[in-house]
Amino acid sequence: MIRTWVKSGSPWIWLNAAAVSANLLIVLGLLSLIAVRGLGHFWPADIYTFEYQKSEKNSITVIGEIVDTEIVSAARALDSGIKIKNAEKEIKRFLVKTGNRDILGSDFRWLTDARINNRSIEDQMMVVERLEWGNLYGRLISVKTDSGVIEEDDNTWGLLHQKMKNILILRDKIKNIEKHDIGDINYKLERLRLRKKSLQLKNSLDTEALNAINNERDQLNISYKKLQANLAKLYKEIRKDSMTVEVMNNKIVNIPLASVVRVVRPNAMGLLSKTGFYFEKLWEFISDEPREANTEGGILPAIFGTVMMVIIMSIFVTPFGVIAAVYLKEYARQGTVTRIIRVAVNNLAGVPSIVYGVFGLGFFVYFLGGNIDQLFFPEALPAPTFGTPGILWSSLTLALLTVPVVIVATEEGLSRIPRSIREGSLALGATKSETLWRTVLPMASPAMMTGLILAVARAAGEVAPLMLVGVVKLAPSLPLDGNAPFLHLERKFMHLGFHIYDLGFQSPNVEAARPLVFATAFLLVVVIVILNLVSISIRNRLRERYRGME
Amino acid sequence: MNNSGETGQAQSMTHGIDLSKIERSGESHILSNETVAMSTDKLNLFYEEKQALINISMTIPKNRVSAFIGPSGCGKSTLLRCFNRMNDLIDTCRIEGKILINNEDIYSKHVNVAELRRRIGMVFQKPNPFPKSIYENVAYGLRLQGINKKRQLDEIVENSLHKAALWDEVKDRLLDSALGLSGGQQQRLVIARAIAIEPEVLLLDEPASALDPISTLKIEELIYELKDNYTIVIVTHNMQQAARVSDYTAFMYMGNLVEFGATEAIFTNPEKKQTEDYITGRYG
Repeated sequence: MIRTWVKSGSPWIWLNAAAVSANLLIVLGLLSLIAVRGLGHFWPADIYTFEYQKSEKNSITVIGEIVDTEIVSAARALDSGIKIKNAEKEIKRFLVKTGNRDILGSDFRWLTDARINNRSIEDQMMVVERLEWGNLYGRLISVKTDSGVIEEDDNTWGLLHQKMKNILILRDKIKNIEKHDIGDINYKLERLRLRKKSLQLKNSLDTEALNAINNERDQLNISYKKLQANLAKLYKEIRKDSMTVEVMNNKIVNIPLASVVRVVRPNAMGLLSKTGFYFEKLWEFISDEPREANTEGGILPAIFGTVMMVIIMSIFVTPFGVIAAVYLKEYARQGTVTRIIRVAVNNLAGVPSIVYGVFGLGFFVYFLGGNIDQLFFPEALPAPTFGTPGILWSSLTLALLTVPVVIVATEEGLSRIPRSIREGSLALGATKSETLWRTVLPMASPAMMTGLILAVARAAGEVAPLMLVGVVKLAPSLPLDGNAPFLHLERKFMHLGFHIYDLGFQSPNVEAARPLVFATAFLLVVVIVILNLVSISIRNRLRERYRGME
Repeated sequence: MNNSGETGQAQSMTHGIDLSKIERSGESHILSNETVAMSTDKLNLFYEEKQALINISMTIPKNRVSAFIGPSGCGKSTLLRCFNRMNDLIDTCRIEGKILINNEDIYSKHVNVAELRRRIGMVFQKPNPFPKSIYENVAYGLRLQGINKKRQLDEIVENSLHKAALWDEVKDRLLDSALGLSGGQQQRLVIARAIAIEPEVLLLDEPASALDPISTLKIEELIYELKDNYTIVIVTHNMQQAARVSDYTAFMYMGNLVEFGATEAIFTNPEKKQTEDYITGRYG
């Protein structure tokens, strides 16, 4: 019976199916873990008010959201200095995010379940998201405006929201002026300085040129002054209002509205408004710049940097790999030498990526970049322009890392083109290169895209080499902006992969950063999937066009 | 001449032919009563050490259909591919002797191979349209020559498709992919593509062997139509086909050109016994 079952091959099929299922489960489990833990972070949590027995006589109020629950064995609890009343085997404790870092010193605190006398959810509790010092939890007391103090009543909340709307508009204006207008002026002033220096270096700085430069600089200074005055006015306006909040232990604090991002009362929100809030936070995460050592705000610069680096890399790697593959396959004499080259190319793909990083630093950054600076940007020296890690060198390093993949895929594609098609073209009087350009390469284009897809998948997730050749924790400006020449390849950039590392290991506020690690990881996966889907759809379109050749 | 060596001897046993009786001296097969389009002179071809063509000297008459017949592996396709130097693509292939077209040796160094192939068109055994539109397939050779004017292209494409008897079937879908055509249509498209660049000679390498009988018939009719303007050389497995379409027939065996003459004579009254054996179906 069993022997016939074994002979029939079913166990083998079952084994295969089991292996596939296990793989699927692992992938799905991984994705759902990072998705749930990352995306759950943005859901507005309830704010609890705990009556906490701090010691025998002393009872305090703790306000905050429960982040984590943990069961600890009694021995471990004793070790960590928690006193245990009864002979309990294990104790339950909560990690509570209390916020108010400026008042309490830290954002989080552990509460032992046994000592919580009472916990309640009050509708009045609000979360104040601030530009600095993290969240603040408390009860609204009053709103102060230039027309006086409005004490807490039913209308204060509405008034506060109105004020906040105004504040956000003002802050947008300020940011616009500071970041764009003044940023532009600074950029132009720097360019003027460099122009002057470069003319000096060439010994061709005559009075005419000097006057022109001075003139321009004066113009810029005048518009800078104007902006400055405008800015001062806006700052005065935004600093007018403030509010007083009662935080835990009945302490009253005054908070200028200028430092507030948003105020919400999650306990009073229904499901619909919670959902709305959730998507607002999610949108902020993918569309805003980071604040507070990357633990608050969004990660737009990292998304932008990742995508842009991958695109620049593709621009380098595709022609480079395709040309190499065409030579190897079509022109080079097939023999020992080409075989050795092929083996070498394949092995290049197996070199650890950090080695490429070291090479990129040594060759691209110091040698190439240094020489480019000497030749083309002597006016900026000793400050390096290209002689320092940047997005161009990162893209080139990754292009080097992924070029074997493109070569191998393209070669395979070229060898799949039927001989009869080449002969058909040659028989019509086409030369070899005409045949290549008009028929063979278009037909091999899906294979090239396959190579590019693999290259993109590998490059987008690569972090180690980038740390040496261009990625930073916080880039002051994007590599693409409104200042000519618009694309600033020498700039450093942020990257999702490195951002994960930074949040997870380098953050001063580990607990606050942890959910963002998952959220960023999830986003990185999404970005890679999107990049892949785009190239796959291009490939499918090409395949459709050249189908039927197999 | 012992190049075919022992394998040749062994094969001959299975066919019951005495190889020693085959003419090995490179007998000339020259047709005196026709204008010459192409001629070979003591042509020998080797794949590495193996000799595939042995001392072939023949003339191909102008504006006639010449058919090469013979069993598989006898070298008839190889010989055909010598005329447009398609064998150049094979690294191990080596050629001795001459092929003259317009009194010029096409294997001499200063011949432009692309230009030669433009003059000597070729159609392969399996239809090999490019994965482009029907129109672009026919225009391919023209564009190679730098003809890019739409009006001129339109005219030549239409003419070529007319000549290939395909126009009526595809005139409404010129911009559709050529890969959507049936095998027979594809083969006629490939012929249209070849005649669009107005070659002097058309080499057909078993053009109908992959097609159904009706498509085969159409291709044969087409060959009949085309022979007024083109010198046609056709390789075929099918003796009836050779008898139907060709004016002259060459019988090849193991790299040798055994007999070449008017088709009628070859099929009714062959000079050589080997030819008779093959035609009467005693082997091959």
